Amino acid sequence: MVGIIGYGAYIPRNRIKVEEIAKVWGTDANSYRKGLFVEEKSVPSPDQDTITMSVEATHYALKRSGIDPQKIGAVYVGSESHPYAVKPSGTVLAEAIGATPEIHCADYEFACKAGSEAMFVCLELVRSGSMEYALAVGADTSQGAPGDALEYTAAAGAASFIMGKDNLLAEAVETYSFMTDTPDFWRREYQYYPRHASRFTGEPAYFKHIIGAAKGILKKVKLEPKDFKYAVFHQPNGKFPLKVGKLLGFKREQLDTGLLCPWMGNTYSGSSPMGLTAILDEAKPDDLILMVSYGSGAGSDAFVWKVTSRITEVQDKAPKTKEILNNNKNYIEYGTYAKYRGKIRKAE
Amino acid sequence: MPSPRYWREIPQRYRLEASKCKGCGKVFFPPRLVCSSCKSREFEMVKLEREGKLITYTIIRVPPSQFTDQSPYAMGVVELNGGVKILSQIADCNLDKLEIGQKLRIEFRKIYNEGEAGIICYGYKCVPA
Ligand SMILES: [Zn+2]
Repeated sequence: MVGIIGYGAYIPRNRIKVEEIAKVWGTDANSYRKGLFVEEKSVPSPDQDTITMSVEATHYALKRSGIDPQKIGAVYVGSESHPYAVKPSGTVLAEAIGATPEIHCADYEFACKAGSEAMFVCLELVRSGSMEYALAVGADTSQGAPGDALEYTAAAGAASFIMGKDNLLAEAVETYSFMTDTPDFWRREYQYYPRHASRFTGEPAYFKHIIGAAKGILKKVKLEPKDFKYAVFHQPNGKFPLKVGKLLGFKREQLDTGLLCPWMGNTYSGSSPMGLTAILDEAKPDDLILMVSYGSGAGSDAFVWKVTSRITEVQDKAPKTKEILNNNKNYIEYGTYAKYRGKIRKAE
Repeated sequence: MPSPRYWREIPQRYRLEASKCKGCGKVFFPPRLVCSSCKSREFEMVKLEREGKLITYTIIRVPPSQFTDQSPYAMGVVELNGGVKILSQIADCNLDKLEIGQKLRIEFRKIYNEGEAGIICYGYKCVPA
């Protein structure tokens, strides 16, 4: 058996409301609030990035795992906002938690599914027996171009998971991936903001791949939606994950616990992994969880997790995801947001 | 600060590694080579606690050049659980609402960039708990 032995999430304190963004661009806030089911999103402070959030989330994961960081054999950070174009995020993370120098390190990229890719590989490395523990992080400080629809949701957050073989708090019962070449969202080298194919991002991209991955893994494990206590899907907005869940036959109560986007925004590589942390915070032994990520380009990774009896021992060992989301919020105006996110052009 | 010094100081900046005197037990941060109390040269590495309280602070309004974008900001003396006092920037706080004695915790943050093309220097800061 392989699975999760420690998990943690981190969300910056700053929030901006959809109304505040809509006010600046002269758009209708209600069309975003009702149409996309987003209320507000997290904004990183100027001194925060994918690396700093990964470090905080991993401190929490270490607390829950109780392991010596020196025993971690691999560190993989999945993100589309690695602070350096050349120089890994994982080296700083590994150094900050004291896991160097005997460790394998690589940064992962695949739009929003870079985090679940890292989780997938870590599980397999542990399963193969080549290492005792492996660390996977999904984190992003995503940017949407000013005035673009993505600006209402592009947010910041991180989720961290330590995979192992013993003392699991959730067993990885099965994994499954589904991928095609679909150009729905991209960013070319040297371009600051990503581009997307507007309405094309829905049916042939998000829905096709998540449904393909979910149906594939359910068939593989011979389970049906009703067998699961929880399901969590990638959350580019609040509406898509509820819609895809319904299409697959899940009920709202199975989806609510992991749904963070309406109050956090889309944390890209952190999205469904952070939803999983919120579920683990509340889960009980033997609960089954379906998780399906989505990354533009395009593909989905699916996981079936089975919660173990150890979960109740670790839930309170670090801050819970919804506590972090709901406590100590600092609402900012668009001007501060634009300054924090480097959207203001200054003199050299 | 040039990159080599940043690199040498990674254990203390990233992991709060301090040196504890094997002679008298005094903890030094940043680490020292000779104990100021008993002159011993033998130390063991200890990690500082990540929670503490604010002892005193000041607001920096005219900062060194690489911190210009961040001003005004607070610098404080923080007593971490265990008794070691450190000097740290206090981030994510309302400067008007800082209070002596308030609980803080350590977070990993960017300290500054060495310009647009240089390295990013990371380290600890304190934030309201
Ligand atoms: Zn001494």
